[in-house]
Amino acid sequence: MQFLDQPIDFEPLADHAALTFVARVNAQQLMAFCGAAHTAERRLVALWGSDERDRDSQNGYALHIAFDMAEGLACLTLPLATENPQFPDLALPFPAANRMQRAVHDLIGAAPENGDRRPWLRHANWPAEFYPLRRDTPDARFAAVNEEYAFVRVEGDGVHEVPVGPIHAGIIEPGHFRFSVMGENVLRLEQRLGWKHKGIERRFVNMGLGEGAKLAGRVSGDSTVAYAWAYSQAAEAISGAMPPPRALWLRALLLERERVANHLGDLGYLGNDVALSFGLMQFMRLKEDWIRLNARLFGHRLLMDCIIPGGVAVDLDAVGAQAIVDQCQALGDEVTDLKQIYDEHAGLQDRFLTTGRILPSLAKLLGVIGLAGRASAQRWDLRCNHPHEPYDRLEPKMAIERNGDVAARALVRFAEIRESLHLIRKIVSEMPPGSIGNLARSTADKRGFGWIEGWRGDVLVALETGADGKIRRCHCHDPSWQNWPALEHAVIDNIVPDFPLINKSFNLSYAGPDL
Amino acid sequence: MNFYALFAQLLALVTALILAPILNGWVNQCRAWMQNRTAPPLLQTYYTVSKLLHKDALLAHNASSLFRVAPYAIFSCLALASAIVPTLSTELIFSPAADAIALVGLFALARVFIALAGMDVGTAFGSLGSRREMLIGFLAEPALLLIFFTTSLISQSTSLSTIVATLAHRDFVIYPSLAFAGVAFTMVSLAENARIPIDNPTTHLELTMVHEAMILEYSGRHLALIEWAASLKLFAYSCLGLALFFPVGITEVADPVSLAMSGVILVMKLAIGGFMMALIETLSAKMRIFRAPEFLGTAFLLAVLAMLVHLLLESGK
Repeated sequence: MQFLDQPIDFEPLADHAALTFVARVNAQQLMAFCGAAHTAERRLVALWGSDERDRDSQNGYALHIAFDMAEGLACLTLPLATENPQFPDLALPFPAANRMQRAVHDLIGAAPENGDRRPWLRHANWPAEFYPLRRDTPDARFAAVNEEYAFVRVEGDGVHEVPVGPIHAGIIEPGHFRFSVMGENVLRLEQRLGWKHKGIERRFVNMGLGEGAKLAGRVSGDSTVAYAWAYSQAAEAISGAMPPPRALWLRALLLERERVANHLGDLGYLGNDVALSFGLMQFMRLKEDWIRLNARLFGHRLLMDCIIPGGVAVDLDAVGAQAIVDQCQALGDEVTDLKQIYDEHAGLQDRFLTTGRILPSLAKLLGVIGLAGRASAQRWDLRCNHPHEPYDRLEPKMAIERNGDVAARALVRFAEIRESLHLIRKIVSEMPPGSIGNLARSTADKRGFGWIEGWRGDVLVALETGADGKIRRCHCHDPSWQNWPALEHAVIDNIVPDFPLINKSFNLSYAGPDL
Repeated sequence: MNFYALFAQLLALVTALILAPILNGWVNQCRAWMQNRTAPPLLQTYYTVSKLLHKDALLAHNASSLFRVAPYAIFSCLALASAIVPTLSTELIFSPAADAIALVGLFALARVFIALAGMDVGTAFGSLGSRREMLIGFLAEPALLLIFFTTSLISQSTSLSTIVATLAHRDFVIYPSLAFAGVAFTMVSLAENARIPIDNPTTHLELTMVHEAMILEYSGRHLALIEWAASLKLFAYSCLGLALFFPVGITEVADPVSLAMSGVILVMKLAIGGFMMALIETLSAKMRIFRAPEFLGTAFLLAVLAMLVHLLLESGK
């Protein structure tokens, strides 16, 4: 099978929920494909590397690049030489590739031929020749060291730098933000992330499929359902054990509940960041009720470990279904009231409107995805673009805004809460009966992909088993990879005190892109 | 000068020192209730101050002596400021020496110290906070002075005691100018005391802070003094507002019975005033920092209007 008139033969993979194709390419083919994909306005989903020296002594490393094609997911693999592995720089057609390429260098040791070669995940305490995802690298732990990172300097009269983080005044995740400001106006923002590298991708190696599901569910706590489902899709593709329909519907129920919980929290915090504590208190109350019902029905407030390869670990009885329907009704009414308060609060709207703007043209250029993308008119939502069961039956409506400001991102959240509540009611009433799980047994030397629209954007899990059927490489891709650079652009020409609000309106993950 | 005036003066100072943290706690309680939260105890500011007094004061390596002196200077300025505001009685020994302009000067002196201390260690946040504080201050001070001038024109004096005595014990006359001045004064108080909609006293977002950004480097007894001083400032402004615009109950003679009576009335007025402040804070969102000049510009305009209204309608010629 070929895409975009490129002479590359893609091989379709069986047993995937979304159509998935893989191909091996050389550097010229890759560049030609990237150019064609850019022209055709397709997007880069993920980019990662792997160590293949045990299989191929000549081409000991590989670079994998996944694209969202109209037909489904297309993953290209570029073999890299064992000696001095290098690959062409893809950041020109796809700016989002920049940090992923730098992370490939930090983890595997394969570098882009030109372009930005500053470390990304690697901080000064982590030696330059230490590549954690190479199979022969020993486990190690390094003491903290202060580093001199090559921030881009803005020169000129009256320009000064404001460094913020990674330790903040509140209890939040670590991120360093370097502002170049003139008075209160932000001229440039540069981020430095990766302060809590946990080695999760390394930890996956040699785990069993079932064990891996628990770890995948802990990549990012607020997206545990999305990661667990994506991982399970990949594991099921490897084992060939498709989950029964009821399990898929239950998974969709859990995913939509996760989306609603996160959107409620974010809307509250958006109110808090303009000092409207009333909004925070009300939304947090609603969120707390929501996740308490999660705990009551499914045994975990954040729904961890509810999705397992082959199916789900929890079922829903008639009493639970009724509780969910009742809660959706009550929550829907309250959110409608709160939306009206937000809409009519002049002070809040004054802070939200035109703040942190990403125009649709810029969003397209940067490849902004997920919720932030939809607020800038980027029509990316896997539930609508590549619907798998049960979304092909549920037909969710995509929430689209065009203004790309904080207000637009808040509106997308409101619209998605409403739509998710609608979907949850539909799922509960139309859910097919039957078993909730099949046995997923691992198969040796096989690849599987899982691709799920989490609340932030699409989560990709690329899984590969080794000869013993254990996990050989598991790459988890967080949508925050694509959207963090967009935040740097959103802040330009805004004032410094508006940054926390803009940051919160994106609410990107610090942990997800630092595995 | 008599014994009772001295007694009243000391009583005013002690009242301020004791009541100020409670007023702060009361505003926080009201805010919590309006937001459906469980409120912190009324005495929470005391607990915080006493906790901080038990902690070591850590100083940055490059902190100058100014950084160490500033908390004491700020505290003294604001304690003195609350002492010269006629809270209970208008018969105070300081009143001939300290008039409304001196009061504004004391507030300004405290501001200069806190802004310099914010910049002293050289952190980015301190400088950001000091810059914003001075922006707010230079807009708020003229408005505050104009409000005092309006009341001075009514009472023909800049002495706070005379102003309050005139306003409290005049025959019943409606002064439209005072309505304008009152609104302007409320706006200035919100801005000066780092309240919503200008600043958010409870924020943890260091980039948005004004007052909190300047004191980020303080700890231990220094921070305790600054926290206490901040509640004194709120208390001084509240009492000033109540004395100028709702002067009912402030006694002219300093005898124990009327002092006790005016103390009870003061507590009631503060309770209502604190509740109103919490209501304003709950209902409004924080403005962008560049809306602050518009906000304070409006306050200034209202103060000018108050003066014009007085000259046109109330001068009696």
